[in-house]
Amino acid sequence: MPDLLEFKNLRIEATSYPPGEPPRDVVLVDGVSVSVAKGKVLGLIGESGAGKSTIGLSAMSFGRGGVRLTGGEILLNGRNIRGMDAAGLRALRGREVTYVAQSAAAAFNPAKRLMEQVIETTLHHGIMGRAEAEARAVSLFAKLGLPNPESFGRRYPHQVSGGQLQRAMTAMALCPKPDLVIFDEPTTALDVTTQIDVLAAIKEAIRDTGVAALYITHDLAVVAQVSDDILVLRHGKMVEYGSVADIITAPKQAYTQALVSVRSIDHQEKPEAPAVLSVQNITARYAGTNFDVLKNVTVDLPAGQTLAVVGESGSGKSTLARVITGLLPAAQGRIRFAGRELSADLAGRTKDDLRELQMIYQMADVAMNPRQTVGTIIGRPLEFYFGLKGEAKRKRVQDLLDQIEMGKGFMDRYPAELSGGQKQRVCIARALAAKPKLIICDEVTSALDPLVADGILKLLLDLQAREGVAYLFITHDLATVRAIADKIAVMYRGQVVRYGGKTDVLTPPYDDYTDLLLSSAPEMRIGWLEEVLAHRKMESAGN
Amino acid sequence: MRRIPLSALFGLVMTGAFLFCAVFAQWIAPYPLDAVTGKVWEAPSAEFWLGTDTIGRDILSRMIYGGQITIFVALASSLLSFGMGAFFGFLAAVRGGWIDQVLSRVVDVLMAIPSLIVALVVLSVLPISLPVLIIVMGVLDATRVFRLSRAVAMDITVMDYVEAAKLRGEKQSWIIFREILPNALSPLVAEFGLRFIFAVLFISTLSFLGLGIQPPLADWGGMVKENKDGLIYGKAAALMPALAIAVLAISVNLVADWVLSRTTSLKGGRGA
Repeated sequence: MPDLLEFKNLRIEATSYPPGEPPRDVVLVDGVSVSVAKGKVLGLIGESGAGKSTIGLSAMSFGRGGVRLTGGEILLNGRNIRGMDAAGLRALRGREVTYVAQSAAAAFNPAKRLMEQVIETTLHHGIMGRAEAEARAVSLFAKLGLPNPESFGRRYPHQVSGGQLQRAMTAMALCPKPDLVIFDEPTTALDVTTQIDVLAAIKEAIRDTGVAALYITHDLAVVAQVSDDILVLRHGKMVEYGSVADIITAPKQAYTQALVSVRSIDHQEKPEAPAVLSVQNITARYAGTNFDVLKNVTVDLPAGQTLAVVGESGSGKSTLARVITGLLPAAQGRIRFAGRELSADLAGRTKDDLRELQMIYQMADVAMNPRQTVGTIIGRPLEFYFGLKGEAKRKRVQDLLDQIEMGKGFMDRYPAELSGGQKQRVCIARALAAKPKLIICDEVTSALDPLVADGILKLLLDLQAREGVAYLFITHDLATVRAIADKIAVMYRGQVVRYGGKTDVLTPPYDDYTDLLLSSAPEMRIGWLEEVLAHRKMESAGN
Repeated sequence: MRRIPLSALFGLVMTGAFLFCAVFAQWIAPYPLDAVTGKVWEAPSAEFWLGTDTIGRDILSRMIYGGQITIFVALASSLLSFGMGAFFGFLAAVRGGWIDQVLSRVVDVLMAIPSLIVALVVLSVLPISLPVLIIVMGVLDATRVFRLSRAVAMDITVMDYVEAAKLRGEKQSWIIFREILPNALSPLVAEFGLRFIFAVLFISTLSFLGLGIQPPLADWGGMVKENKDGLIYGKAAALMPALAIAVLAISVNLVADWVLSRTTSLKGGRGA
């Protein structure tokens, strides 16, 4: 039996327009040959820029703005769809091949009801009549575990949660009974506790409808749950291709091995120490609202150690950081820092308060002024806090660059000329330049590829050992917590539901929420998803 | 440097030529500003390249002198409007709160009334002189610049690097001039070209209506007015300054377009 989809020596190019240079052609994907059989799921994995999405979209012979499919064959149901005419592609897309995008919130039309959008392509292609399509949509809603499947379609996109919207989009993709669905990072933007539900729903829907799928993600643990085969990509080339079991348990290539063993930093909890930061009974709300975003939060951070603040989006993690930095003055409560009381708002703090409390952001791109060179960015705190000028400043900047393992030649570069990991390193150097006692790290590794993030975490731990700086580490990722934390505070709806040493918090017995959070974090082994779901079913039956 | 596109090159050359004529008018113009040198409404000839006007003055000379005044007044009022508009716009964006409210509502009121009407009323009360003209036009135009710079600065103030500067303890002036201004410059520079052209059109309109540059000084709008009756008799004298206004407007626009597309491509925006 021939394969449903087969790439033969696929080559994809695009034209790049580097500023100040003539345009040039770049090869995005080269020499990719892979096939997907009917009813099978192929996971495409790799870091950003690896060509995952580009290959995924090429399965319906589509290239995003300026991307050209220049070579090889894309065989779908035995015929080459590369270079097919527009009419042929129209008949193909949304019928034989459908697509689930990363951000459902951005992909749905906010002005139309969900049902209209879910059955739109099905009606357009004349696959079924309206009544039949709606009935199919309702049955898909039920299969995907959406609440009140009968009436779900009457809602507008803003009336349902992010996880539900992502499932509605899966229903949209499955509605026309396609042969192949492309899932492009469908759970990346979701919280872990939501991700597990969506993942389970997608997996079940794939199994029940017998559709084949390309599953694109950067998270190997996720892809291990849903795929049959995995293709590891890097810089647009195939690194390794094999069954899930082969890739997870016996990776052959060094790059795959690195991906599998990522986050294996072994970090032991440090012994008790006096607190450098002590947050006491903090309650905070944003101006013009009557809702407390933080309720009675109390945590301590020992000097030279790391407190990881964990929680889902909306749990108040980042608000806690804003309160500590003084950007959002607390309504109640006290903050003690380095043995002194901190003024609630920024204006009341001394220069030393500001200097000793630094911050690193999630998006390094927007945390640096694009019109300043690396030298200026790192040099400014030196000049501002210590009055360093000229050669002395330049020398210290170079020292800091050495500390973040970037070395020479970066001083006069602009942020746009740095990679994602380098940008985050420069932000770390800027914070270090102030000789702080505490650095608040707000999701500093979330926007980075796993291997790069690993490097940043190692650097942070290294700097902590050398400089004795404490970190308040905000994250939603439990693997990161394991790698770096000494103390953990689990936050849920503005409250700290669990606080303690790492070993204490991460060993049973757990409280309900911590249990949910911990068990939802994908683990890199086959069958993890089923185990968790079975375990939860058993527990809820027991109650 | 990337190759300059043909349209921008044309714009640059023409704008440069206009500026050159304006700066060196005294040396370039074949005849003095007010000398009656020929007969009324003579056709273009070797002696008078663009003919003569309603009382026999050389049109080319008057256009060169007129260009000097038109461009000077437009440039001065644009600079004034940018200074004021950008300053208050940034201030409103950075400070927010009641400062932003007061400034924005004042601008709303000014913008609610058509500029031309405001200008006509103000200029019919005040004595018409170059400083008054420049100030009136500058203030009216500043409202547009205020809106733009406030919007641009708003986008920038929410960036993490501005927050980082605040957390560092930087003063307001550092935040405005070192963090925001460099990043707001490229849309403002492009807007400057367009605002300058509006100023040229505005001063020409005012002069045409008799409230702008007063005789004996010449400017393009005024020259159109002086010679408009000739159109009835098939004399093209009024068209020459009108053509100059149009060509200048197009040239500056081409340059502004190019500046905009060149600078935005740096930030990953539309690049040409």
